[in-house]
Amino acid sequence: MQIYLPIAEVSVNAFLLLGLGGIVGILSGMFGVGGGFLMTPLLFFIGIPPAVAVATEANQIVASSFSGVLAHFKRKTVDLRMGTVLLIGGLIGAALGVMVFNYLKAQGQVDLLVKLCYVVFLGVIGGLMFFESLRAIRNVKKGKAPPRKKHNWIHGLPFKMRFRVSGLYISVIPPLIVGVSVGILAAIMGVGGGFIMVPAMIYLLGMPTKVVVGTSLFQIIFVTAFTTMLHATTNFTVDIVLAVLLLVGGVIGAQIGTRIGVKMKAEQLRILLAMMVLVVCGKLALELLLQPAELYSIAAGGH
Amino acid sequence: MRALIFALAIGFSALPTLAEEVVLGLSSDTVSINTNFDGSEILIFGAVKRDGPAPSDPPLEVIVTVAGPSETKTVRRKEKRFGIWVNTDAVEIDRAPSFYAISTSSPMRQALSATEDVRHSISIPRAIRSVGAPDTIENSATFTEALIRIKSRSNQYQLNEQTVSVDEQTLFRTSIKLPAALTEGDYQTRIFLTRGGQVVSQYETSIYVRKVGLERWLFVLSREQSFFYGLMSLAIAIAAGWGASAVFGLLRR
Repeated sequence: MQIYLPIAEVSVNAFLLLGLGGIVGILSGMFGVGGGFLMTPLLFFIGIPPAVAVATEANQIVASSFSGVLAHFKRKTVDLRMGTVLLIGGLIGAALGVMVFNYLKAQGQVDLLVKLCYVVFLGVIGGLMFFESLRAIRNVKKGKAPPRKKHNWIHGLPFKMRFRVSGLYISVIPPLIVGVSVGILAAIMGVGGGFIMVPAMIYLLGMPTKVVVGTSLFQIIFVTAFTTMLHATTNFTVDIVLAVLLLVGGVIGAQIGTRIGVKMKAEQLRILLAMMVLVVCGKLALELLLQPAELYSIAAGGH
Repeated sequence: MRALIFALAIGFSALPTLAEEVVLGLSSDTVSINTNFDGSEILIFGAVKRDGPAPSDPPLEVIVTVAGPSETKTVRRKEKRFGIWVNTDAVEIDRAPSFYAISTSSPMRQALSATEDVRHSISIPRAIRSVGAPDTIENSATFTEALIRIKSRSNQYQLNEQTVSVDEQTLFRTSIKLPAALTEGDYQTRIFLTRGGQVVSQYETSIYVRKVGLERWLFVLSREQSFFYGLMSLAIAIAAGWGASAVFGLLRR
């Protein structure tokens, strides 16, 4: 069934969009990532104009994250206190990120920079997570106990706060810095930033994996809602019909994903996310390295 | 069927000053874009009105063009720099129609001379206006060619030779397929009658492409009440997220 999108001004298959939304929703619920880093390139691929894809994707992430976070609330795996600290950082970061984005746009080359950002961050994070999880799985097989949480420099910082749900007593400075940097990247790359946030929470803040997912979803809702409003009022690029189709699939997928995620071991969850991140990274890297079939591209407006 | 053989006019050397005029019909002069819009086909037909008998040589040819609203475009070219493919040169195309279709009754070269093409901007390269690239860019013509190539691939630019049928030098008709990805606007439609490559008559009208119903309402809302539109998008997202969670919660019980 073909459907015409009023803002994107293209006609697409409704079932294709429902399916894409569903698959990305499952991943989103399982790993606590918004799924934007997967969905946005997929939307480009089916012919949605990039500006519309990025803006609408933000709106869809609000829906799937909200659906996912409710499931986590019931299971009491959301650290509201940590989420709020991250959120404050995230909103500051997003505002900064938009400024950086507009500066880069004026210089041209913004596409390249977004892609390079993706390749570098996805590659580094995916690689680190992959090897770490692999080691954890091997240790479990050998019957070794997981190493005790180390006390590192992070624990020496001032402004300590108790995060009961995460079982942490640390300074608010590292979570704020994580929030700000993820916010900046999220605004530049047009995603919620979960795929950066989740590893940062696990490895930098030392939060337990189960709590990380719910908390990350909680924070993503607000950052992407902010981004949606920004796009809707300045660029007029949020396509509500596209969003509805994606989010119907997305919210259902997120519910299924959350349930799958609960049944899986933390190491398995992490290694799967790592592999997915690496696949997307590899695809984007190839796009930069191989000669494209069409060397020319058309952009609207003058320069 | 189009060739009417009257051997009368052997002595005609110059074109007759006989007035030939187009009387046009359209299957519809508006194209409505609704939610399940999946492209459209418009039938363009008409007749040639003239004072006396039709001259038989050179034969009458008909060219029909349909042009969407013009817009400014930037065409960028990638080059390999430091091992990766990067956009380097860019050329601004001042006016390129969002959609352009030409249908002719015979091969383009036969139906239209080059000078007449320049005068009336009929062929696809002529319909695009590019003031010119900066001197630093070599082969700036390749940028316009790339635009045409990319647009032709998605059927946004079409050259349909020999798709106008002409009967008895009087009646003509053709149909033009509009792709699903269509922009709103007035589509300027021109009909040219040519003889021996020279334009003898020209007729212009517009086809109105409009969003209707829900599409129209959402589009207008997103432009004029963007804050409300944004809030509405968020409300739908939150409601859908909550709804799915509630439904699944019930299913588990």
